[in-house]
Amino acid sequence: MMKILEYLFLFLVFPGFAFSATMGLFAGWVDRRLTARVQWRVGPPWYQNFLDVIKLLFYKETLIPEGVSKAIFLGMPLLSLASATLVSTMILVISPAPGSGFIGDLIVVIYLLMIPAISLMLGGFASENPLASLGASREMKLMLSYELPFVIAVLVPVIKSGYAIRLGDIMMHQAANGNTIASASGVISFIVMLLCVQAKLGFTPFDIAEAETEIMAGTYIEYSGKALGIFKLAKAVMLFALPILMIILYFGGITFSSEGIIRTVIQYVIILALIVVIKNTNPRVRIDHAVKFFWGPVTALAVIAAALAYLGR
Amino acid sequence: MSHKAHIPIGPYHPLQEEPEFYKLVVEGEKVVDVDVRIGWNHRGIEKLSEAKTFDQSIFIVERICGICSSSHPITCVQALEDLGGIKVPDRALYIRSIVQELERLHSHMLWAGLAGHFLGYNTVFMWGWKYREPICDIMETVTGNRQNYAMLKVGGVRRDIEKEHVPYILTRLDEFTRHLDMLRGAVLDDPVLHARLKGVGVLTKERAIDYAALGPTARASGVDIDVRRDHPYAAYDRVKWKVITQPEGDVFAKMVVRIMEMYESVSIIRQCLDKMPAGPIDSNPKDIPPGEGIGQAEAPRGECFHYIKSDGSNSPVRHKVRAPTYMNFPTFRETVIGQTVSDATIILAAIDPCYCCTERMLIVDKDDKDLFDIQELIRLSQEKTLKLKEKMGFK
Repeated sequence: MMKILEYLFLFLVFPGFAFSATMGLFAGWVDRRLTARVQWRVGPPWYQNFLDVIKLLFYKETLIPEGVSKAIFLGMPLLSLASATLVSTMILVISPAPGSGFIGDLIVVIYLLMIPAISLMLGGFASENPLASLGASREMKLMLSYELPFVIAVLVPVIKSGYAIRLGDIMMHQAANGNTIASASGVISFIVMLLCVQAKLGFTPFDIAEAETEIMAGTYIEYSGKALGIFKLAKAVMLFALPILMIILYFGGITFSSEGIIRTVIQYVIILALIVVIKNTNPRVRIDHAVKFFWGPVTALAVIAAALAYLGR
Repeated sequence: MSHKAHIPIGPYHPLQEEPEFYKLVVEGEKVVDVDVRIGWNHRGIEKLSEAKTFDQSIFIVERICGICSSSHPITCVQALEDLGGIKVPDRALYIRSIVQELERLHSHMLWAGLAGHFLGYNTVFMWGWKYREPICDIMETVTGNRQNYAMLKVGGVRRDIEKEHVPYILTRLDEFTRHLDMLRGAVLDDPVLHARLKGVGVLTKERAIDYAALGPTARASGVDIDVRRDHPYAAYDRVKWKVITQPEGDVFAKMVVRIMEMYESVSIIRQCLDKMPAGPIDSNPKDIPPGEGIGQAEAPRGECFHYIKSDGSNSPVRHKVRAPTYMNFPTFRETVIGQTVSDATIILAAIDPCYCCTERMLIVDKDDKDLFDIQELIRLSQEKTLKLKEKMGFK
């Protein structure tokens, strides 16, 4: 019984939903603020993202289009949030205590990271709007294109730590032998990973599935109120969890000492700033360009990184 | 197997600030057909103008569009000057050229920003609009307003350019040119933009001529037309400049034409400020005689055309306005079919459509079918006239 309560606390409060969502929304503010500064605007106050989500969750009507499958239409935002939160909880529980993971937890994390995209896709198809299905089909193509280089990029830390598929082992290996990022293969796979994360988060230049000026938010078009708010929360959690995963894989993870937390925050902000800079210095690419880009140069880079890692560089 | 779906762009869409409706018929991402519907916003400008005096007409047409707010008035006053055979003092002609070119600068810059926005490149959107500010400041110095300049009158202009303002104008132009250099570098050398825009939405020279496309839309397809050179007005025949054309006809070419035209505009303004003779700015004509007059001017989007008929009273009997976008709209059908939905929006934006300039008539549309066709409308109008006649006792 106590065990269940403890897990619930981990999942719902810290480091799960409440903590990750708060941090994610705050990171969203950093993104908006940086974007605004780049664009000579002022940007919103720090609580803007919280207000947005609270408004959607508690004050706005949730409209459900006629004739859609309610279970899928409303279930998908929840599934998206649940899986994103689970990733966040797992990596934050494992990171300070590398022994606490289980064999294959890295694979579980990779799978769970795919679910928000899948649920967005299904939600889009379920809403029976031509623009939403267009967005969903784009999301599907995009996912097919970025998953391959993403997985190959993850192979680099795995190979370097002697084929460990436990996050804890990867971190312990880095603690003993230096961080993954400090090697040639590490740098290349970090770049690949960064591009894939950009696509996973649906940021420009890969915001193809929700292109506002083309298909009016695409997959999100029929979503409103609570359902939209939950999607936004899931996105915020992803914005928090993905850079943390990158810190674990490339910078040796997180320790909960005051020095460790400061280091993590700096690393996190650097990764976030890179993402924001990519977002603000590129136009949206077309879906066929994105597929060519990920299957061509990015996959090639990822393979090179994996080969280098195999050769021990 | 092919499945056709309809993708509506408009009548209300984040792409557009004004109502307009494009129905794209798509197979997957590919556009196979398009239906362009204009006429969602009827303002009756021409009819209003007929109820006003000639001086007021100029103010009315100035309010057709917030962006071309000197193109319509200049065309209108030229139509009236043509009608009355009115001479305009030299200094006024130079000032007209300066105002026209300032307007072109701000309009093209605004377009560059919007094009960035349509491509999801919001940084270019914000920067483009920021770089447009010096031009609006110059406009405020020269005319007193950032938009809707109220600068033109029959026989001249309303305000002179003060000598002490010239150095300020030149400094702000320098500032603008510096930003323009930077924007040109950022936009024309960006590999992702090349990938997005090159070979997209091609309008061939032959088709551009067939569709009678105008302005930058035509010039980007290699059609060498420009009212400023072909039918010189204001002071354009007294300064050196060249018409920019590009042979490719794609969206990228349209962007290049607009950006290079901005350099020409800056050069025209500098020459005008330099050569401007001293003298009166207004010939103060008294009457508009009966007759007909036409005015043409090169608005930022192409040739703007006004026809005015007078019966010797103080207001026009007929005032016809044709905005350039009206001619450029149909090319959308030519350029968008066979492209993807992603490109449709930027192809549409590439003609720099100005809806408020174009809106002239109303089509009532329901369930994909016109409720009234033109014959039906004529019949209805005739019936109504008969009813009114009966009511008023005419037989």
